[in-house]
Amino acid sequence: MALRTFPTREALKRLPFGLADVAILLGVIALIYLVAAVGAGALVAFEPPEQLPTISLDPANLPYYLARSTLRMFVAMGFSLAFTFVVGYAAASNRYAEQIIIPTLDVLQSVPVLGFLSVTITGFIALFRGSLLGLEAASVFAIFTSQVWNMTFSFYHSLRNVPGDMQEAAAVYRLSRWARFTQVQAPAGVIGLVWNMVMSFGGGWFFVAASEAISVLNQEYTLPGIGAYVTQAIAQEDMRALLLAMAAMAALVVVIDQVLWRPLIAWADRFKIEQNEATQAPRSWMLELLRRSRVLQAVREALAEAGEKLSARSRRARLARRQTWPRRSLLSVRRVDALFNIVLLLIVLAISGLAIWFIHTEVGFEEMLEVVLLGAATFVRVAIIVVVSTLIWTPLGVVIGMNPRVARIAQPITQFLVSFPANFLFPFITIGLIHFGVSLDIGGILLMALGAQWYILFNVIAGAQSIPNDLREMAANMRVSGWERWRSLIWPAVFPAWVTGAITASGGAWNASIVAEIVSWGNTTLTATGLGAYIAEATGAGDWPRIVLGVGMMCVYVVGLNRLLWRRLYALAETRYRL
Amino acid sequence: MAVTLTNPVGGSAGAVADARPVLLQATGVCKAFDLPDGNGAFTVLQDIHLAIREGEIVALLGKSGSGKSTLLRILAGLIPPSSGLVVSCGKPVLGPNPDVAMVFQSFALLPWLTVQENVELGLKARGVPREERRQRALQAIDRVGLDGFESAYPKELSGGMKQRVGLARAFVMQPPLLFMDEPFSGLDVLTAENLRSEVADLWAAGNFPARSVLLVTHNIDDAVLLADHVIILGANPGHVRGEVHIDLPRPRERTMPGYEQIKDAIYLAMTNPEADVQQLIAGIDRRAETRFAPLPHARVGGVSGLLELVDERGGAQDIAELAGELNLDTDDLLQFLDAARLLGFAEIQSGAVTLTPVGRAFVEADILESKELFRRQALERVPLLRFIVNTLKSSKRGAMDAEFFLDVLDEHFPADEARRQLETAVEWGRYAELFEYDADKSRLRLPDESLAGAPA
Repeated sequence: MALRTFPTREALKRLPFGLADVAILLGVIALIYLVAAVGAGALVAFEPPEQLPTISLDPANLPYYLARSTLRMFVAMGFSLAFTFVVGYAAASNRYAEQIIIPTLDVLQSVPVLGFLSVTITGFIALFRGSLLGLEAASVFAIFTSQVWNMTFSFYHSLRNVPGDMQEAAAVYRLSRWARFTQVQAPAGVIGLVWNMVMSFGGGWFFVAASEAISVLNQEYTLPGIGAYVTQAIAQEDMRALLLAMAAMAALVVVIDQVLWRPLIAWADRFKIEQNEATQAPRSWMLELLRRSRVLQAVREALAEAGEKLSARSRRARLARRQTWPRRSLLSVRRVDALFNIVLLLIVLAISGLAIWFIHTEVGFEEMLEVVLLGAATFVRVAIIVVVSTLIWTPLGVVIGMNPRVARIAQPITQFLVSFPANFLFPFITIGLIHFGVSLDIGGILLMALGAQWYILFNVIAGAQSIPNDLREMAANMRVSGWERWRSLIWPAVFPAWVTGAITASGGAWNASIVAEIVSWGNTTLTATGLGAYIAEATGAGDWPRIVLGVGMMCVYVVGLNRLLWRRLYALAETRYRL
Repeated sequence: MAVTLTNPVGGSAGAVADARPVLLQATGVCKAFDLPDGNGAFTVLQDIHLAIREGEIVALLGKSGSGKSTLLRILAGLIPPSSGLVVSCGKPVLGPNPDVAMVFQSFALLPWLTVQENVELGLKARGVPREERRQRALQAIDRVGLDGFESAYPKELSGGMKQRVGLARAFVMQPPLLFMDEPFSGLDVLTAENLRSEVADLWAAGNFPARSVLLVTHNIDDAVLLADHVIILGANPGHVRGEVHIDLPRPRERTMPGYEQIKDAIYLAMTNPEADVQQLIAGIDRRAETRFAPLPHARVGGVSGLLELVDERGGAQDIAELAGELNLDTDDLLQFLDAARLLGFAEIQSGAVTLTPVGRAFVEADILESKELFRRQALERVPLLRFIVNTLKSSKRGAMDAEFFLDVLDEHFPADEARRQLETAVEWGRYAELFEYDADKSRLRLPDESLAGAPA
């Protein structure tokens, strides 16, 4: 028997530190340093128009700009999460809060975020006078408003749909409100929340790029970041800088996906409510690394211990009182309901009156009619995008989704395409349009489609993947094929996913119209006829009444479309085609 | 035997007074849900009175629409009654009832917690310190037979195992009252059977982690196999139709005398919503369908001698010839033949007796093997022997006065015949070493090794 002189695998395991720990520790230190160094840049003086940040196209500055933009994204994501927990929980647990919050969120998520940028920038600059923090906050706010609504909705729906028996078990075993939230309600919402975070974060890049360089009220505002870098490159017609920025952006999207989203998705898998073993659980090397770390395990252990002690005291106090049913008599509930409805009605009437008064005194009804027509022009573009993307991507998405091997490769790619900010690609199309002399009235469709179309592909792939195998086998067994197979099996099965994708695509296209109906390359500017261009021009000129009219009209279009079309399709998908 | 009727109103009037303390009492409980748009209310439960006493299993039996699950939830304090009062352990129930632990039809496990974390859930909420929590949870997990699955997640478990976790989560609370809401309905038939008998065994063993059990079910077998009282609910609106008291000895078997009658009576009551439950229960002819078929008075030695003779004659023999040859009275011979047939050793057809394969094996085996064969056949085919063995097993020291069995048999046979039946049963049982008979003390006792738990 040979003697071992080197430590065995088991002995190595017993060491307090593993390689995973070293890697994680280094990562944490680097992260703290980065945040501190980059964050300091947000606190510099800012006195427009004398003192403005400038952007240098030197590639060496690119990492710094990327870091600034990324920090903004994460700050916005942090606010979005906090908002989601507070507002989502409030809506799910209080009837009156629900009646106000849900319709409000529904409208807010349809509103073109970019149209409001002018309002918020002026407000935040006034709030943080003399510091760049105002502009920072406006950018973060724009990102926040683009990210938060779907996250809140998803969380609210999960809370409302916690299985009844679990809620009863929580009541029988007398879990406190906090324990109920942390052990029953929040876990039930994790998967939906994580996926919506991923989607929101991807969509957020578009708004980072758009909000870092914007002209509001005859004033150019520039915020150091990747978006401003791209805008500067466009103004100076610097193709090399543009390509570099794109490559850096693509790399960043991939890295964040690997280091943050993959592990989160893999971790969230344990919160699945379906009680059967998943065929293929998502995996992540990063999560494995974190799980292997003994330092993290010790930290988790210590936290659990502390939480134990902390809650022990409040628990004793709580158990001393008996939990009781909410005391309420039916009569008073009806009265409160009636009062509540009257107040809501009054608010709605007041807003409507204000709107009519505003149109009458500030812009006149003729201009309003014109804006309605501009809205119709943009609507046609959006409609074309949804129809054409559907015709192209639905069949492709189905083919990809039904072939697991292809789907494994295609899914991350589409996820990347959804995340990549489409406005980075605008200059290339713009150059093409200028070169071939194509009007932006038509070219705008292409620009708007650049980001929007992927939502349809992404969702259809997911829908096709979830077609139950037994239904597919049944179709094969019955020799249902070709057109009939599409009509009776595939289309109904992917319909709900398509609706979700199409709603998102249409919303994205409306939003994109504000930056896609006016584009420039160097000194050449192309303008399309449409509501987006109208809003962008009014914003640039600082024409308040027209900003309000344009944004308001876009809200009316988007919300109206949601009510008249998407909501019905959604209801159909929910009742008829649910698998 | 085994069926008596008590007043539907929780034994409060007219019925025999029960001295055991009442753990949970519902008085005049009604539940109505408002119809939408203020169109009045829909009554689900009307004027429910019931009581659960210490140490008993009460089953709420009713078809769908009888509001049995609603009633359970009111008793558990999960929903308030529209009127009426629930008192649990002396205190009115005004919120989630702290004396209740519940087992759900759908298990209601949190999929993101391990088995152990699920079991610890209620203890944690109660503020039990970590280490104690862990110990108690492990004990409960062990008790339901899930040892080794502590760190598994529910999705890795089968339905039966999930419900075991549900049971452990309730057991660990050591609640005064255990509520089970259709606990076996979500399982396949065999798993349900298995789990039910384990719950029954735990209860019969006398160290059940809860003092009383309320079982909600639509399955008559569940109710008759487990409950001391079955409360039959009627529908539209839900109301108590009657209560059946079941005193079949535990552990219960479907083959027990009286079982089928009770089941039939309840079935009849359930399928006839208009029928008077009290009359149906009272009308059962308790002797008509006795399940203790009389044992033929044949000694084991005689039976095996007869079988050997038939075997020598090639395994088949004309009965009349046999009687002549043995110089036996046909009547006596028939007793032996009956015994051989009852044990499955022989078949009798058109006046001839034929050995079965088991019978041939019995004759040709050595003494130990033939005893083993006899034991197996007796337990499988002779209800009286099975009843005696099971009763002994469920008794504290594995022993029982012969007088007890005589009392049971007295219900089925005239006094003399009952004595002869017991004598025969004891003779067969001793030969098969199923039990021993202490003639001095007139006691039946399990042999030592089967006390250690040999399967019956």
